[in-house]
Amino acid sequence: MRSALLALGLTLSAATLAGPLSPAHAAGASDTDQERTARWQEIAKSIFGDRQIEKTDTLVKIDAPARALDAALVPITLTMPEPGRIKAVSLVIDDNPAPYAAKFEFGPAADPSELKLRVRVNNYTDMHAVVETADGKLYEAKQFVKASGGCSAPMGMSDEEAMRGMGDMRMKFAEAQPGKPVEATLMIRHPNFSGMQMNQVTRDYTPARYIDKLTVSEGDRKIFTMTGDISISSNPVINFGFKPDGKPLQVAASDNQGGRWTHSFTPPSPTN
Amino acid sequence: MTARAVRPGTSTGLSRRHALFGGLCLCCLGTASLSAGAYAEAFTLDEVGPGVFVRKGLIADATPENADAIANIGFIVGRSGVLVTESGGSLADGRWLRAEIAKRTDKPVTHVVLSHVHPDHVFGAGAFAGDEPVFIGHAKLKKALDARGAFYRQRLIDLLGEAATGPVVYPTLAVADTAQVDLGDRTLTFTAHGPAHTTCDLSMIDSGSGLLFPADLLFVDRIPSLDGSLKGWLTEVERLKGMGPSRAVPGHGPTAVDLAPALAALTGYLTALRDGTRAAITRDVPIDKAVASVAADQRSKWALFDTYNGRNVTVAYQELEWD
Repeated sequence: MRSALLALGLTLSAATLAGPLSPAHAAGASDTDQERTARWQEIAKSIFGDRQIEKTDTLVKIDAPARALDAALVPITLTMPEPGRIKAVSLVIDDNPAPYAAKFEFGPAADPSELKLRVRVNNYTDMHAVVETADGKLYEAKQFVKASGGCSAPMGMSDEEAMRGMGDMRMKFAEAQPGKPVEATLMIRHPNFSGMQMNQVTRDYTPARYIDKLTVSEGDRKIFTMTGDISISSNPVINFGFKPDGKPLQVAASDNQGGRWTHSFTPPSPTN
Repeated sequence: MTARAVRPGTSTGLSRRHALFGGLCLCCLGTASLSAGAYAEAFTLDEVGPGVFVRKGLIADATPENADAIANIGFIVGRSGVLVTESGGSLADGRWLRAEIAKRTDKPVTHVVLSHVHPDHVFGAGAFAGDEPVFIGHAKLKKALDARGAFYRQRLIDLLGEAATGPVVYPTLAVADTAQVDLGDRTLTFTAHGPAHTTCDLSMIDSGSGLLFPADLLFVDRIPSLDGSLKGWLTEVERLKGMGPSRAVPGHGPTAVDLAPALAALTGYLTALRDGTRAAITRDVPIDKAVASVAADQRSKWALFDTYNGRNVTVAYQELEWD
């Protein structure tokens, strides 16, 4: 199964890198809405079992470019206007080889009004965000994105170069106002190899190596835990909100190959 | 529901999709390119210096109709043989160039330059395999072709068909710093550049004409595409200024230009891209907003701006956000 998938990604990828080739036809472009819906139902069942998922226009919204400029880095914004009700959000990219891109579970220090991340998109695909509310119900929103080859696109550098500085982190904080949530951007150096990028000479695939668990907390209060996969772009950047209480932010990241990194960041004090 | 199914990484419904896409793939295979007659009408060679012939590439992206003939390609005739400055964007494009050379000289093709990894500059090389030339490339070209060659080739095959696409050709002479090639009455001096347009840009100076061949380190009229390092490219532009020649054959645009104003225009774009992206990062403007605003004042100056600028911003953002 795995090798069939890899071949699929390589054969059908049309346009991602800066070389001037235009996408004549892209994988998934001609699927009907019915086929897409059926696929989503299948994926939703495998992730959420028989739990009911209601459609929502208000609890979560996905902002993504209708056509990706760079399929290996598609910026996504999840907006959740009623943050107090949100317990978790999952992002699913239906036609990616591993559709379940990420799950964020929020803790008491989180402000989940807005969450940004960057993902790989391999096909013309529906993207789903599913939120779980505090009362245990599930709600979904959908967005269609045109892109191709994002998972199998070779990186512009060697594997060794891509792994340089792995685990380095930075955090940027937006200006803080007393009593208000603060927006922060976490940057992590990590190739997040998809396992679909092939060395054409050895015919070997660079093994998948990706951040699979990321926890950000403030003191002992959790902001979020992210469970990630190969759909997250290399050098992950995640933008999130939190409720400051003056303590430093602790970040713990691990990858599927046993890598583990922790860092601590001190938010600026609120200005009056 | 299993524990495995609740974590990201779950794959579903794939066998059926494989079948669907397998069907779709058949219609991706375009048929090949321009006929010989159409080519002759579409393209001519300018003699831009004594014994230096250049074909202007189309200001377009590769399509099934244009055989990826979008780069400026050509050749230099020396006493002992012919050096191909750029081979073309496909086997079909390279064959057209090989035939044009044969119309003008019986001398052997002794050298073919592979200026960098991009498909519009290397897939013509297969047309010269029978000449058994020295294929000259940057020392880092081999690794770049390892990583991307087959990927680019497959995308070209999807557009042009296999017969018109051609093989991935590797350099047989790798230039790590500088190198010289003597054609008897003229000398070609090669320089391997640091990461700029790509990570494997090679430039060349011809002593016979005094022309600089910066390949895609110099775009004219067509918007530059960034695939290496923005800061590095600005550094290499300074280096090009000090290399001596006042005239150059750009990788895209007219067949020959005055170097100083062309580099000034290129610097104008790259600087706008750098400063605009930096400003966006500093002001916490996210990448999805930055792509629409950065370097917008350059829009009227460059063909294909809307196709490439947003992508350039995306690449620049990733480079500069770690500064």
